[in-house]
Amino acid sequence: MTQLILFNLFNGVIIGAFYALMALGLSLILNLSGVINFAHGGFLAVGAYLAYTMMPYTGFWLALVIAPLLTAVLGLAVERVLIRPLYGRDPLYSLLLTFGLAFMLQDGTRYIWGPQTLPFQVPSALTTPLSDTFFFLTGYRVLMMVLAVAAVAGLFLILNRTRLGMRIRAGTADLDTVSVLGVNVRILRNLNFGLGIYLAGLAGILAAGQLGLEPTIGDSLIMPSFVAIIVGGLGSLPGTLLGGILIGVASSLTSVFFPSATEAVMYVMMALVLLIRPRGLLGEEGRVQ
Amino acid sequence: MPFWINLIGGYTALGSRIVVMALAAMSLNFLLGYTGVLSFGHAAYFGLGAYGVGMTIKYLAPSTPLGILIGITVGTVAAAVIGALIVRLRGVYFAMATIAFGQVFYFIAFRWNSVTGGDDGLSGWRRVPIDLGFHTLNIGGSETTFYYFVLACFAVAVAIMAALLRSPFGRTLLAIRENERRARFLGVPIEFHIWLSFVISCLFVSVAGTLYALLNNFADPHGLHWSQSGDFVIMAVLGGMRSFWGPLIGAAIFVFVQDFISSRTDNWMSFIGLFFILIVLFFPRGVLGMIRRKANS
Repeated sequence: MTQLILFNLFNGVIIGAFYALMALGLSLILNLSGVINFAHGGFLAVGAYLAYTMMPYTGFWLALVIAPLLTAVLGLAVERVLIRPLYGRDPLYSLLLTFGLAFMLQDGTRYIWGPQTLPFQVPSALTTPLSDTFFFLTGYRVLMMVLAVAAVAGLFLILNRTRLGMRIRAGTADLDTVSVLGVNVRILRNLNFGLGIYLAGLAGILAAGQLGLEPTIGDSLIMPSFVAIIVGGLGSLPGTLLGGILIGVASSLTSVFFPSATEAVMYVMMALVLLIRPRGLLGEEGRVQ
Repeated sequence: MPFWINLIGGYTALGSRIVVMALAAMSLNFLLGYTGVLSFGHAAYFGLGAYGVGMTIKYLAPSTPLGILIGITVGTVAAAVIGALIVRLRGVYFAMATIAFGQVFYFIAFRWNSVTGGDDGLSGWRRVPIDLGFHTLNIGGSETTFYYFVLACFAVAVAIMAALLRSPFGRTLLAIRENERRARFLGVPIEFHIWLSFVISCLFVSVAGTLYALLNNFADPHGLHWSQSGDFVIMAVLGGMRSFWGPLIGAAIFVFVQDFISSRTDNWMSFIGLFFILIVLFFPRGVLGMIRRKANS
C-alpha cells in the first residue's frame, strides 16, 4: 500500500508539473492579452508532431530544442494574423477564434500525420527504471520533471530579470500605462504569445514520450490547465504552478482509492477553492471583479 | 413535414434539430446578449436535461412529460448550485469556470458506465406518446407530430423569455450589461441578478436538452462536452447576440452548414473551424446585426 501511494504521489507530481507547464503558457497569454487560448492543446500536438518528424534526422535531443521553437514561430504568426485584430473587442471573440483554431489544428495534424497513435521513440537510456522498490521511476520521468522545473525556473528568470519580463509583468498589471510609457505593446503581446506557445510545444514533446502521439493529445490536458489557473489564482504565475501540482497529486492519489473519480476530483477541488477563496489560492485581490 | 424545411432541401428531423438548437442558443443569449455574461459551459445543463429525460423514461416511468419535468429540474438545480459558486467571477474567468464545471458532468456521464451507458450514450429507450386526457399526442410514431410538439415548447419558452426581458428584471439585466459599476451604485444587487439570469438561462437550455434527447431517442455524453457549449456560443454570435431573434437565425445556419459539410467530407472539423474564424473576423455583429446596420445607414 505504501508503495502504491508513493508511486502515485510521484506520478502526481510529474503529471502536475506537466499541467503547470501547459497552464503557465495559457496563463501568460491570458494575463497579458486577455485571451483564453483554446488552441493551446492544438499547439501542443503540433510541437509533438514536429519533433516526431524531425527525430529521424536530428535525434531526440536536438528535436527537443528545435521543435518548440518552430511551434513558437507558428504561434507568433497566428498572433500576428488572427489574434491581433481582436484586441480591444469583447474577449468572447478571441475565445471563439481560438476555439475554431483548435478544430483546425487538430484536423490539420490528423490530415498530415494520420489519426492513429504513433510510437514516439525516446532514447533507450531514458526508459530503464532507476528503481522499482518504492517507486517506479524511469530516466524519462526524471527528465520530464527536470525539464518542467527548468522551464518554469527559466520563465521566472525571464519575467523577473529581463527587460522583456519586466514589461510583461507591468503589462499584466496595467497595459494602458505601459503603452503610454513608450513600450510597443503590439510587439510585447506578440513575444508573450510566442513564449506561451513555446511552453505548449515543449509540453507536447514531453507528453508524447509518455502517452504516445495522436491528434487529440492536447485535449485531455487543456481542462486541467484551466483548473490549475483557477485553483492557483488568477493572474498569479506561482499560483498556476502550485495549482497544477496540487491537482496532479490529488487526481493521482484519488486513482488509488476511487479510480472512477480521477478526473472529477480536481473539479471538486476547484469548487472548494472558489467557495472559500474566489480569487484562488495565490490570486491577487481585485482580479476577480 | 413542415413546409419550409422542404424548400431548403432538408428533412423533418433536421427541422426539429434547428428548432431545438435555436432554443438552446436563445437561452444562452439571455445570459450572453442581455446580461453581458459569457457562459461556456451551457452544454452541461443541456446534457443534464437530456440524461434527465432519458433516464426517467428508461428507469423510472415511461412518461414523456415527467421525463421533461425531471430533466429541467436536474439542470436548473445544478445551475443554481454552480451559479452560486462562480457568480463573483467576471469575464474570461467566469467563462473558464463554467467550462471547467461543465466537464464534471461530462466525466460523470462518460465514466458511470452502468447507469449512463458511458461513451456509448444512453440508449434503449424511446419517447412515449403524451396522454392529454381528451387526446393522445402521438409524438413517438410521427416525426411531424414531434416537430410541432417541439415548436410548441419553443414558442412557450421564447414567450416567457421575451416577457422576462421586457419586465423590470430584464431592464436591470441590461443595466448590468451596459455598466455594472453604475448599476451597483444604483443599489442593484449585481451578484443576485447575474445568478438569477444564469439559472433562468440554464433552465431553458435544459428544456432544449430534454427535447434534443427525445428527438434522437438517445442521450450522448458528447452533448455535455465543452465543444457543444462552443457551438451554442457561435450560434448566438453568428446570428447576432444583441438581438432577440439573432440566435435563431444563427442556429439555423449553423445546423444546416454542419449537416451539409459533415455529410460531404471527413475533414469537416477544419471547415467548421474555419467557419468560426471567418465569423469572428468578418461578422462580429452577426447576421441580424449586419442587416440592421445596413438598414439604418
